[in-house]
Amino acid sequence: MSEHQTFDTPRLAVPDRALSRARMKVGRAAWAARYYKSFSREAVMAIAEAMAKAGHDRAAEFADLAVSETGYGVVEHKALKNRLCTHELLDHYRDLDLVTPRVDTERKIIELPKPAGVIFALAPATNPVATVYYKAMLAVLSRNAIVISPHPAAKKVSAQAARHLAEAAEAAGAPAGLIQCVEEPSIPLVQDIMASDRINVIIATGGTAMVRAAYSSGNPALGVGPGNAVAYVDPSASVDAAARCLVESKSFDNSVLCTNESVVVTLDGNRSNLERALRSAGAHLCNETDTDKLRQYLFGGEGFTLEAIGKSAQWIAERAGIRVSPSTKILVPVVVTPGQDDLLFREKLCPVLTLTAAVDFEQAVTFAKHTTRRGAGHSAAFHGDDSDRLVAFSQDMPVYRVVVNAPCSQGAAGFATHLPPTFTIGTGFAGRSSVGENVGPQHLVHWTRIAYAKDLPADLAGVDLSHVSSDRPKMAVPAPTAPEPAGDVSRDELRRLILEELRSLKGDV
Amino acid sequence: MFNYGYFSFDSKESLMQKAAEYWNPGKVSFWTEAGTPMVIDRREGYFLYDMSGKRLIDLHLNGGTYNFGHRHPELVEVLKSGLDYFDMGNHWFPSVARAAFAEQLVKTAPHTRYAIFGAGGAEAVEIALKTARYATKRKKIVSIIKGYHGHSGLSVATGDERFSKIFLADKPDEFVQVPFNDADALEDVLKGGDVAAFIIETIPATYGFPLPDDGYLKTCQDLCHKYGAKFISDEVQTGLMRTGVMWGWQGYGLKPDIFVCGKGLGGGIYPISACLVTEECGQWLIEDGAAHISTAGGSELGCLVGHHVMEMLQRPEVISNVQFVAEYFAQSMKEMMARHSDIFVGVRQRGVVLGLEFDHPEGAVAVSRALYENGVWAIFSSLDKRVLQFKPGVVLDVDTCQEIMDRFDAAMPRARQLLKSGRRAA
Repeated sequence: MSEHQTFDTPRLAVPDRALSRARMKVGRAAWAARYYKSFSREAVMAIAEAMAKAGHDRAAEFADLAVSETGYGVVEHKALKNRLCTHELLDHYRDLDLVTPRVDTERKIIELPKPAGVIFALAPATNPVATVYYKAMLAVLSRNAIVISPHPAAKKVSAQAARHLAEAAEAAGAPAGLIQCVEEPSIPLVQDIMASDRINVIIATGGTAMVRAAYSSGNPALGVGPGNAVAYVDPSASVDAAARCLVESKSFDNSVLCTNESVVVTLDGNRSNLERALRSAGAHLCNETDTDKLRQYLFGGEGFTLEAIGKSAQWIAERAGIRVSPSTKILVPVVVTPGQDDLLFREKLCPVLTLTAAVDFEQAVTFAKHTTRRGAGHSAAFHGDDSDRLVAFSQDMPVYRVVVNAPCSQGAAGFATHLPPTFTIGTGFAGRSSVGENVGPQHLVHWTRIAYAKDLPADLAGVDLSHVSSDRPKMAVPAPTAPEPAGDVSRDELRRLILEELRSLKGDV
Repeated sequence: MFNYGYFSFDSKESLMQKAAEYWNPGKVSFWTEAGTPMVIDRREGYFLYDMSGKRLIDLHLNGGTYNFGHRHPELVEVLKSGLDYFDMGNHWFPSVARAAFAEQLVKTAPHTRYAIFGAGGAEAVEIALKTARYATKRKKIVSIIKGYHGHSGLSVATGDERFSKIFLADKPDEFVQVPFNDADALEDVLKGGDVAAFIIETIPATYGFPLPDDGYLKTCQDLCHKYGAKFISDEVQTGLMRTGVMWGWQGYGLKPDIFVCGKGLGGGIYPISACLVTEECGQWLIEDGAAHISTAGGSELGCLVGHHVMEMLQRPEVISNVQFVAEYFAQSMKEMMARHSDIFVGVRQRGVVLGLEFDHPEGAVAVSRALYENGVWAIFSSLDKRVLQFKPGVVLDVDTCQEIMDRFDAAMPRARQLLKSGRRAA
């Protein structure tokens, strides 16, 4: 094989075509954005509807392709996530109007929406299609163009999904080039485009290095970091319900959502209860030997064992040399005493949930707080009815989402709670990010505020805002022939213009 | 001080003096008097920088030579990498770059069979005319009045007498000219049965891009075939995606027996041209492959760059960008014409090939100057000075296009002023 490679090595250096094409995609996106930024709300919603339908139609097919291309996750769960990013996402934002100017007669302020322009978006290998769907939908709802750079391990399905949505959008009237995907992504390409002055904002979802690079690029960025969610199970919780949530969450798409619980902490007196409940919910509780084997397998090399990402509990158990029942949904290693040093308290994008128990609530919170610092700004879960403790927990934790009595994977991402559905979890200042909410289309629009003097009368209702967006898409098929000669501009108007210009000539060159 | 390492000049003025003294006094004084005394110093993308530091957006592109802009980084990289392996090559022998490039070109025009290379457009025209004469065993060449196909022996004879008479190179007995958009006139000449070929630019550039009437070119092609002559498309300015398709003739439903391309084929960094011929026309390549030879024609470096230019032009991103640029200027020029309809009276457009008509015999000269003063470089048509050639590049970005129109608008009062004083003088 290596001989062949030497033989086939090109005799000439060839420019990075993929990079060059990516730059051209950005240029094309800027054209699309130029036209799309003045589309009417009606036109925008028609395009979004068409995309939702198209995305929904092939959600299962793309889920299948994603799993076969990446080896991460569970087909049915991916199909579900893909679907969530179509009609449900659209329904969530249906009433959020980012197109029509807002008039506040009381405060005498008119607000005009100004889309960012060209979004450069990164999509991870763990949620490739859902992220493409979600980011493309956000771009369209906010009247932006988007160029997506998928993770190289998911490039084929990502490009296919993006192309599918783009075709649907264009058929519904979107300008060509509104949704594009890089076919051959690479780190130099991403770095180059992120630093380009031709893009207007970056949405970075990915590893810490990529997110930091987005923030260092000099461009505005919505970057979100990794998570390391802790679930606290209070004695006031129904352990059976809590255990069901935990198992459901950890087994969902084999734990590839960054909102999945990494560690569950309860109090000493509650531990055996929780263990029993977890067992009946489908978890395999590890004894000390199993726990050691799992630690060795997952963290025995340099950092986390990447091949374990998004794999099933059985697959991991087999690799780690643990015997489990075929119905096992998640693996639960047990670390009796909470502390910071055990590697099993780190982020695990696989169905492995570390259980520990604190002597009291204070110790549990202290432990949870420190554990979460490894995925600061992200998410946590609270199981129980004690609202005082819930508030204390939430107040202390460096996270921006605390999911209550619900699976954290789905809850923090807005699918099992009323949080906005998202695949970009703002990790806020705690996570060194500019946004702490679940990222939505509103983050991709800024508003020009026309503010009248406080004390003077102003007739805002009389202001004509009809030209801010056009009723129908402006794009016409490019005509290769000459345009018609000038229409009937009124003679007087013309004379006035000419006179004005002639006057301005005095003193001119 | 302008120190270039190999030579230096104290100032732009001293350069102009040297240029007039040793190079071309006529051109130096012409541009000085025209009010556009440009000496291109730095160049990058679609921007030119005069020695004075003044920046100009290039809408001349030297006829599409800089279709991808100046020194496109990807093309520069290709040429540099080529220099690590190739040189011009030896035209006598088969070569990898020539074979690959020829195959690639022929695939863009499947009805043709061979690609024959030259170093410049005129040489490719020369090859085209010789090929037609070989194939028909006839001598007479027909072209249009105000046509333009270069300055070498045969090519210059097809064009305006301004360029042929001065060198006693006009040959009225062999080279006949007929009016543009007049198929009957062509037929009258073809009827003689002694015409080898009719050569025409798909849209005549130097004549100010007058658009062919519906069906005109197709009729010409059919007439040629009816009378046993060859139809030659000169695609030097209309090829390479500039009309929205790879070759201008594709947009008019033609299948020329021979067509010629040059300028942008070398990406603006290495000269190369090509003449594509059908199997029937190309028989001389079998009879005597060395019947036409050229040391610099089909240089391997040029073939390498040309090969990459063709690849870039076929990318979906480029095709889409051309459409955006074309549409943008169609719309913007319509608006601009409405605002300045007293002087700006017409737009001829196909893709990113535009001719802007001004209501004065030398209107485009004044507009060119006014644009120059406002940071835009676009040249008038040599053979119809009412018309400004306006030639945006295929990968122009939206911001630069907007800037062009803003500068265009700002230049109109100055153009009006220049025309007014011109009228008074006349």
